[in-house]
Amino acid sequence: MVEIDAKGAYYRDLNKKVREAVEKGEKEIVLKNVNGQYYIGDGLRGKSTIVVEGVPGNDLAAFMDGPTIRIKANAQDNIGNTMNSGKVIVEGNAGDVLGYGMRGGKLHIRGSVGYRVGIHMKGNKKQAPTIVVGGTAGDFFGEYMAGGVLVLLGLSNDGEPLVGDYLGTGMHGGAIYIRGEVEKKNCGAEVGVLELDDEDKKVLKEVLTDYCSDLGLKLEDIMSKGFKKLVPVSARPYGNLYAY
Amino acid sequence: MFKSLAPPEYLATIDRVKCIRCKRCIQNCGWGVYSWGGDKVLIDTFKCVKCLRCYHYCPEEAIEIKDNPTKFKENAYWNFHTIRNIKKQAETGGIPLTGMGSDKPYTILFDNLLIDACQVTNPSIDPLREPMELRTYLGKKPSHVKVEKTKDGKLKLAEPLPPQIKLDVPIIFSPMSFGSISLNAQKVLAMAAKACGIVMNTGEGGLHEDLMPYKDNVIVQVASGRFGVTPEYLNAGVAVEIKIGQGAKPGIGGHLPGEKIPLEVARTRMIPVGTDALSPAPQHDIYSIEDLRQLIYAIKEATNYKPVSVKIAAVHNVAAIASGIVRAGADIVYLDGFRGGTGAAPSIIRDHLGIPIEHAIAAVDDRLRQEGIRNEASIIAAGGIRSSADAAKAIALGADAVGIATAALITMGCTTCGKCYTGNCSWGITTQRPELTARLDPEVYAERLTNLIHAWTHELKEILGALGINSIESMRGNRERLRGIGLDSAMLDILGVKPAGR
Ligand code: SF4
Ligand code: SF4
Repeated sequence: MVEIDAKGAYYRDLNKKVREAVEKGEKEIVLKNVNGQYYIGDGLRGKSTIVVEGVPGNDLAAFMDGPTIRIKANAQDNIGNTMNSGKVIVEGNAGDVLGYGMRGGKLHIRGSVGYRVGIHMKGNKKQAPTIVVGGTAGDFFGEYMAGGVLVLLGLSNDGEPLVGDYLGTGMHGGAIYIRGEVEKKNCGAEVGVLELDDEDKKVLKEVLTDYCSDLGLKLEDIMSKGFKKLVPVSARPYGNLYAY
Repeated sequence: MFKSLAPPEYLATIDRVKCIRCKRCIQNCGWGVYSWGGDKVLIDTFKCVKCLRCYHYCPEEAIEIKDNPTKFKENAYWNFHTIRNIKKQAETGGIPLTGMGSDKPYTILFDNLLIDACQVTNPSIDPLREPMELRTYLGKKPSHVKVEKTKDGKLKLAEPLPPQIKLDVPIIFSPMSFGSISLNAQKVLAMAAKACGIVMNTGEGGLHEDLMPYKDNVIVQVASGRFGVTPEYLNAGVAVEIKIGQGAKPGIGGHLPGEKIPLEVARTRMIPVGTDALSPAPQHDIYSIEDLRQLIYAIKEATNYKPVSVKIAAVHNVAAIASGIVRAGADIVYLDGFRGGTGAAPSIIRDHLGIPIEHAIAAVDDRLRQEGIRNEASIIAAGGIRSSADAAKAIALGADAVGIATAALITMGCTTCGKCYTGNCSWGITTQRPELTARLDPEVYAERLTNLIHAWTHELKEILGALGINSIESMRGNRERLRGIGLDSAMLDILGVKPAGR
């Protein structure tokens, strides 16, 4: 294990130190006194674990491919931007635009998230990105979704609605699981709301078992309430938009 | 089902006397115009788009594609396409799509600009006898350099220069994605780029492994769909481009139709086979110059500071936007004029939004100079460059290099029929149908594209020679060597050129 003091560090210098530690083969890197530095773990490869103490800045784990980052506080915007693989665990709340264009890996958020989370996630049989949000989510959750899995739990809602408007607008692949009821008026025109089948339950159990073990939660507590599944009604939501 | 009231635009005709029933036209037409009727070739002329594949491959020259004489009666105001689009919309309720750049008769500024030449008092240079420098470096140029002496007394730079893209000629191949064009068409671009010492741009569709041997001649693109973007991808090429907009469809996203998403394309894009590949209109992580800066530096961090280009459509406020882009840290600003091509765009958008590239270059170059930041980024101008003369004029107006795409496709057989969005291109260019893409032999067509670039290179050298200068650098932003004809004073003022005769 190696500790890096981020106090007052310019992000470029801090990230260089992190990259060098990863290249040296450090398995665990602890970043102390982080205070808003951007791009932690940006484009980082390998299998290291990075523990962030303090609040990191935007674009954490952008383009990341492999490492695990645990944030012991709140986090900001754009986590996991176009991330390819690896995992980010946030023990507090996180901001807007998480997992934009995400291609693989996992975001496990204990608290709530802001707007535009999980936009245009994509995936295939080999690689399915997953975002699990413990609290609530703002508007445009899962917009343009093309693949992967989004899960919204609403465990602590602080009086906020479970999810904002335009849920899954333009969705054409993947699945969104929501713990509780979903009102059709919150959904984009392109999504259908379904009950879970056995395959869904299997996927959900697998995803949530990992989430619970990362965040010290009990699977039974989460599973005690029913889920709804949102899927695209068409693989080509805009297929009829054009003349011949 | 009633018969469409939009008449065919073209009449495909076969001279039955000349026809030897070889059926080559049936094989060659990507749009299924011809079929075998047992004793003769049948023709469904409604489908014909005048791509001329059948004409070129008919061994007997039996085929003629005529403009339909019985199409709507046109007048100067209500032309064929206007009437036909209304008919189509009445029949479908949908948006008419189109491919290629706008063909509407707006003023073509390039054709109203003329280049200077030397006579008597300042001698011209013969490019056949004297060296002419076309080499161009794209990227940030420092406003000053620090020099230090080494032990053996030689001078060297004290700090490294910002990263540069080296071009042997100030021309690049503009972004066209795998998906919008075939892999073979991308290979043509990559092979020719390598042969000519220039670069091609992947567009937003990932980098297929077959293009990896050409990675030193590739710019990779990141756009709103983030298709194929991995850390390897970002690091593969010589630079990364963030696509904000496209000249043919400013302000709107891209829908690559499901017909063009077979397995291979789906695999590189990580989306289901046969879905539409949706590139949302904005990038949802960029709502401001500050957000753009954030993505530019996220990419720089992930690539150990490779140059980043930002591509925008030329729109009314392009100068202020470009200034913001440069201040956000971009190394290159890529301007795409409204004549720029596309694989698919609503024709209403293509034909009515944006501004010509000539205005945009002049406005952006002026603005960056006024603000003292012109050295901070290079300008690539694209969107309707048809010839080396257009390229020379664009550079004289202030561009560092030009991007070409339609001209490159024409070397592969394209006849600018404008039906790329159907995915049926008979020339194997804008299609993913294997029987069509197989006919585009990368080696054969890479040679033709290389020939084009070499021809333009010679022409550019001739132009420089006539101007009495021996380096493209002396022509860059040198508007004193341009004159306008038939342009009003406001236009001349914006372009920063004098009228011919003055
Ligand atoms: S090959 Fe082209 S020109 Fe010939 S019939 Fe088909 S669409 Fe028309
Ligand atoms: S690329 Fe093909 S479909 Fe597109 S304009 Fe050229 S010939 Fe027509």
